[in-house]
Amino acid sequence: MSTLHTVNKSPFSNNSLESCLQLCSEQDCILLIEDGAYGAVAHSPCAGSLQQASARGIGIYVLQSDAQARGLQDLLDNIEPTDYQGFVQLSCQHQCIQSWY
Amino acid sequence: MSAIVCISRHSPYGSSLARDALDAVLAAAAFEQDIALLLMDEGVWQAYRHQQASAIEQKELGKNLSALAVFGVEKVYVHERSLTRRGLDRDSLSLNNVQLLNDEATRALLAQARQVLSF
Amino acid sequence: MTLPSVDKDGYLLNLNDWSPEVAKSLAQAENIELTEDHWEIITLVKAFYQEFDLSPTSRALVRYVNQHLGPEKGRSIYLQTLFPPQPALMVSKLAGLPRPANCF
Repeated sequence: MSTLHTVNKSPFSNNSLESCLQLCSEQDCILLIEDGAYGAVAHSPCAGSLQQASARGIGIYVLQSDAQARGLQDLLDNIEPTDYQGFVQLSCQHQCIQSWY
Repeated sequence: MSAIVCISRHSPYGSSLARDALDAVLAAAAFEQDIALLLMDEGVWQAYRHQQASAIEQKELGKNLSALAVFGVEKVYVHERSLTRRGLDRDSLSLNNVQLLNDEATRALLAQARQVLSF
Repeated sequence: MTLPSVDKDGYLLNLNDWSPEVAKSLAQAENIELTEDHWEIITLVKAFYQEFDLSPTSRALVRYVNQHLGPEKGRSIYLQTLFPPQPALMVSKLAGLPRPANCF
């Protein structure tokens, strides 16, 4: 069964995203929300593992409005911006939602 | 394997999250639900020995966790990497019937869950 | 004797107020006469609280009694006879413990 992982803490000050990446399975998705959006910038401490996760087929998204609000523009290539509708769709596509906070 | 997995990732006394997770697990057990508790990240401190919560006039999370079996919760897991990162091992814990899980086993536990509760 | 303060359900507000005399008064109010069999369970439940910092639910009480006093006494019917109508609630009350959560 697949899981949608939401992360709402910045990886610059918190290990939520790191832990999430360690335990993510192939069919899962990760959605960066709130301060979690900082994880999507080019200098993200998790840039490497996000890239690897993406290569393993894990979908990685960032909530566009949260990134926008924080002025985040140069996002990592493999991270797809999405909106609230996309958030709902992702929620429906997965059996469980695990919030990393 | 368990239908419901409760992930508890926060330290015992810094916020109410650890207590909330325990309450959720005990409530699920009271309704005879098949539930497992997973301690990871700062959550592993909940099972650390030598706690003396009476010093801050609180109930002791470590003691509460050791009651889980008698309340019908047989499956208590600890994420091994979270332990080693803090310089801890099985002997550092006050619980004797916990199972340590490596990353792969933890992924498998989450992947089979019907419901995940995040604390 | 004057009874120490209790909450709206009749549970002691402060565990330290408990004494065997208090237990007797509380039991009297519930129409229960305490025998050796009652004291055995009350003492055990106080030990439960010492060990776990929690009051037992019905299931936990049965298991704990079973572990410590054996299967003859570790049964709902035995505890029900001693502490009606709801053993986990009644025995916690008489032992001076807080009302058990998730117990109905």
